[in-house]
Amino acid sequence: MDPMPKTLKALSWLTGALLIAALYMVWIYAPREAVMGDVQRVFYFHVAVGWVGMLAFLATAAAGVIYLLRGELRWDRLALSSVEIGVVFILVNIVTGSIWARAVWGTWWTWDPRLVTATIMELIYVAYLMLRQGIDDPNRRARFGAVYGIFGFISVPITFLSIRLLRTIHPVVFGGESTVDGSFNMEPEMLQAFMFSLLTFTFVFVTLLWHRFRLQTRTEQLEQRKMSALSE
Amino acid sequence: MILQSTTPDTFAFMVLGYAVILGTMALYILSIFLRDRRIDHETRLVEALETEEQNK
Repeated sequence: MDPMPKTLKALSWLTGALLIAALYMVWIYAPREAVMGDVQRVFYFHVAVGWVGMLAFLATAAAGVIYLLRGELRWDRLALSSVEIGVVFILVNIVTGSIWARAVWGTWWTWDPRLVTATIMELIYVAYLMLRQGIDDPNRRARFGAVYGIFGFISVPITFLSIRLLRTIHPVVFGGESTVDGSFNMEPEMLQAFMFSLLTFTFVFVTLLWHRFRLQTRTEQLEQRKMSALSE
Repeated sequence: MILQSTTPDTFAFMVLGYAVILGTMALYILSIFLRDRRIDHETRLVEALETEEQNK
């Protein structure tokens, strides 16, 4: 048996505590937004989960580059773990965006550049997970994953910049003067809740990535053990 | 929403949004936990088989 490292255990508890504090910040500490009402509170975690997704895909691309340079399979394990987390969090990002849109724009979905690019990005990484399954040789699979992860990352800046460069109804909270439905000025308490949510979800990402990487390592170790037991 | 005079009641949407966020995160953590437990179980089985082989 492989006991969980004490640092990972401590990090998990810290992340749990931060998450509870973040919920207090967004539900109670931050004031209710006057035009949208309570649904605006979804924004804090909606952006934070999007941040996790993009961070995860960045980690995948970086791990891919390191794998291609060093050829060590642990970087492929890290890339795979990171993609899985990214796919889960971008899915949550799209769904929560849709819920917010229903309340503010009056529709669950519209063919807006941000919504479309985010969905394409999600599908690119879902395909990464599916296509990997079809390759048996671990080194070929890792090489494919690395190259795909690097090229797939092109979708991340396109998604991020879509609301800044294209005509869109999606609000730009930072670095834009958006006047569309759903844009708002942040009170200091709102900004604090937002920044705290981003910090919390960065911890969520690191904690989940460590857990998922550890699981992947254990899975592959077990597979190797099974193979050697069968070959004896 | 521009011409409205009072704050709309969008509480249900907020609840739905956080249910999706926290629910999905909980499910993902549960999936990692269950996969980890399966690895523990299978490792124990392989260890038992290896011990059995050694005792033969």
